[in-house]
Amino acid sequence: MSIHSPPEDWFEAPSGAERVWIGIAMIWCLVMFIAMPYWYFFGKQNSTGEAYRVTPAAFSARVNTFVESHKVGEVKGMPIAEPAPGGDAYLLARMWQWYPVLKLRKGQTYRIHISSTDLQHGFSLQPLNMNFQILPGYDHVLTITPTSAGEFSIVCNEFCGIGHHLMTGQILVEEQAP
Amino acid sequence: MTTITADGVLPARTPAGNHLAGAVRSCETTGLPLCAVSSRFVRWHAVAAVVFLLIGGIGAILLALTRWPAVHLLNPPWYYRVLTLHGLNMLIFWILNFEVAILYFVGTTLLNSRLYSAALAWAGFLLMIAGAIIVDIAILSGTSDVLMTSYVPLLAHPAFYLGIILVAVGCLLGVINFFGTLYIAKRDGTYEGSVPLVVFGATAAAIIAVVTLLHGAAAMIPAFLWSVGLMDGVDPSWYRSTWWGLGHMSQQVNVCAMVSVWYLIGTLSVGSKPLSETVCRGAFLLYILFINVASAHHLLTDPGVGAAWKIWNTSYAMYLAVLASMVHGFTVPASIEVAMRGKGFRRGLFGWLTAAPWKNPAFSGFFLSLVIFGFGGGITGVVLGTQQINIMAHNTLRIPGHFHVTVVGGTTLAFMALTYYLVPLVFRREFPARVLCRLQPWIFGIGITLFAIGMSFAGSYGVPRRHWDVEFSGALFATGFDSGAHVMLGLMGIGGVIAATGLFLYIALVVAAVFFGRSNAGAGMEPWHTERSGGEVARPGDEDEHHTPGTLVLTGIFLLSFVVYYFANWKWLSDVWHVR
Ligand code: HEM
Ligand SMILES: [Cu+2]
Ligand SMILES: [Cu+2]
Repeated sequence: MSIHSPPEDWFEAPSGAERVWIGIAMIWCLVMFIAMPYWYFFGKQNSTGEAYRVTPAAFSARVNTFVESHKVGEVKGMPIAEPAPGGDAYLLARMWQWYPVLKLRKGQTYRIHISSTDLQHGFSLQPLNMNFQILPGYDHVLTITPTSAGEFSIVCNEFCGIGHHLMTGQILVEEQAP
Repeated sequence: MTTITADGVLPARTPAGNHLAGAVRSCETTGLPLCAVSSRFVRWHAVAAVVFLLIGGIGAILLALTRWPAVHLLNPPWYYRVLTLHGLNMLIFWILNFEVAILYFVGTTLLNSRLYSAALAWAGFLLMIAGAIIVDIAILSGTSDVLMTSYVPLLAHPAFYLGIILVAVGCLLGVINFFGTLYIAKRDGTYEGSVPLVVFGATAAAIIAVVTLLHGAAAMIPAFLWSVGLMDGVDPSWYRSTWWGLGHMSQQVNVCAMVSVWYLIGTLSVGSKPLSETVCRGAFLLYILFINVASAHHLLTDPGVGAAWKIWNTSYAMYLAVLASMVHGFTVPASIEVAMRGKGFRRGLFGWLTAAPWKNPAFSGFFLSLVIFGFGGGITGVVLGTQQINIMAHNTLRIPGHFHVTVVGGTTLAFMALTYYLVPLVFRREFPARVLCRLQPWIFGIGITLFAIGMSFAGSYGVPRRHWDVEFSGALFATGFDSGAHVMLGLMGIGGVIAATGLFLYIALVVAAVFFGRSNAGAGMEPWHTERSGGEVARPGDEDEHHTPGTLVLTGIFLLSFVVYYFANWKWLSDVWHVR
């Protein structure tokens, strides 16, 4: 009985179906573990957490420099900035916008630096459904290669105050230039 | 010697307890010794738990009706406020109060001991209540709309942090009281040999609870000091890792408590016993050893923590805590199968299951909890906690979709099920409206399952959690979700309303029983289910303690679903943009 003290000699190795199940479960657990390092080396989607300490003021300054030197247009009052393929891009999360709009090219790789100057925010790229946490004080670097072209939305999925649900942004991806 | 009882077969106990004269009574139904002092606190904590469940439940229906786009009930400030209220009253106040009640109950009754200290129990209880009231006032006053995680630098009223600290300290006192009870029971020799399995599981829960509550202190005390201006700021990354030391580990406390309750109800309802004490205890031990830094599950897409750290802490190389759950997931139904076959219900693969005491809401609640937790919570939990797959899940509705089938469909439903014994045995009151009692676990279980399916799949479409408007009306860049997501949100809303109905029915039944129910003092509890004999003759092999073909089939289906969902997620992940 589970509610009474067991007999003195309760220590025994599992047997029968129970033993079979434990064996199967153990193998499955190992498979699930191995999948992660495997994907780290051979998979294309990983969250490495690459990040650097940065003050909100310093990060703002970097974003502004980036926008000034890479601005290629404007949409709804928001600058559009296009980083060089292989280069760095900056994205600022703040209550309640993603600044600026980024323009990328399919198949090119970019180092996108994202940080916040106020609260925590959630970078959620839709409709792909890729999600990363953004913290003030940390420059979170995502090394991203778009594999599809079109207009993508960024929504905020970490609660950041009363305007949280209004915090949207955009990433535009063009087909590779010929 | 055995005595036949209402729902199970329980041997009489031998050693004498350590109770003070007049402070113990023998339960008329089970023959178990009930410590009068401990029973009082079991009742107080259980009543408090149900009150918080009511507050959380009102929040639940309001939230479900807000996130159901067709209804969209609350305005933004109230949505975020009620979300804060719901999370804390449910996850912390309801669950912790019920768990302290369980610790006091199993620590005294199953060990035939008195409670270590009534003074400590009072102090713990009052702190937990005072803290919870302070938190609820802080939330409802509109000064603490920070959600239960209160991620810095979001700032709440200092009373908010203070109240949570008081609850944690009160709970810690309850846990210390439990350890004190274990100590005096051992010292006074109130039981022979090792502690019963259920007490072992409760002890595992209590040990993890101590580590959990210390993490809570490490997160909340700096936040409190910062809110009153005694500290300059709290590092958000550090805060997240300590907060989740509280938030995630406490889920392991809930799992341990829930599994203990499963074993307890198994014994009370069909007289089951563990197939192997060693295996069951070993699995509880794995929980203690391998869960500790599992706050990693919440930081899988965070900056500043590396991939190696994430992979290691997600799994400790081999997912031994998952292994433990898979072991319990087998041994719990297997012990029921063996017990039922032993009673003569031997027809086919599942004759033991169909003949189980389904008229006993404690049994049906327990079994639903087992199935919902295993198939729903277990599978989604491991998948979402896979380091890379988390990229497609972090902060989407997949996350609450997961934990509403662990801590709600699993733990909460198991606790509800236990209540169908707790009230007749400890309050000595009979439940009225027994038909409704028998329906309640089904309404709640089916509702929360639909709710979580809707939530989970809406999350797979990208719908964020903690978000007021899936239409983003008024946002600078218009966006939205696939129509499939809206179908899923509708399912979530309908499931939520059904689950809330089951929850309010539970509260109504408990109130009716405790305050207006017929007393069964002196007579014992009226059985939920009349025991009959299966009357099927044993065939060769049946006497084998490990003959559990039905359970093997069930767990086989489980493993298959697990494997399919797991690899499907890797496939989905391989389709998104490349990222490092
Ligand atoms: C009738 C049953 C319940 C329903 C219909 C329900 C519904 C909901 C809804 C709609 C949300 C909001 C999700 C979002 O917008 O992000 C939510 C959040 C939550 N619920 Fe429940 N819930 C129920 C029971 C419970 C119980 C019993 C617990 C705990 C034991 C619980 C714990 C939570 C937690 C921790 C959150 C997250 C709060 C946050 O994001 O800060 N719920 N629930
Ligand atoms: Cu935001
Ligand atoms: Cu936000």
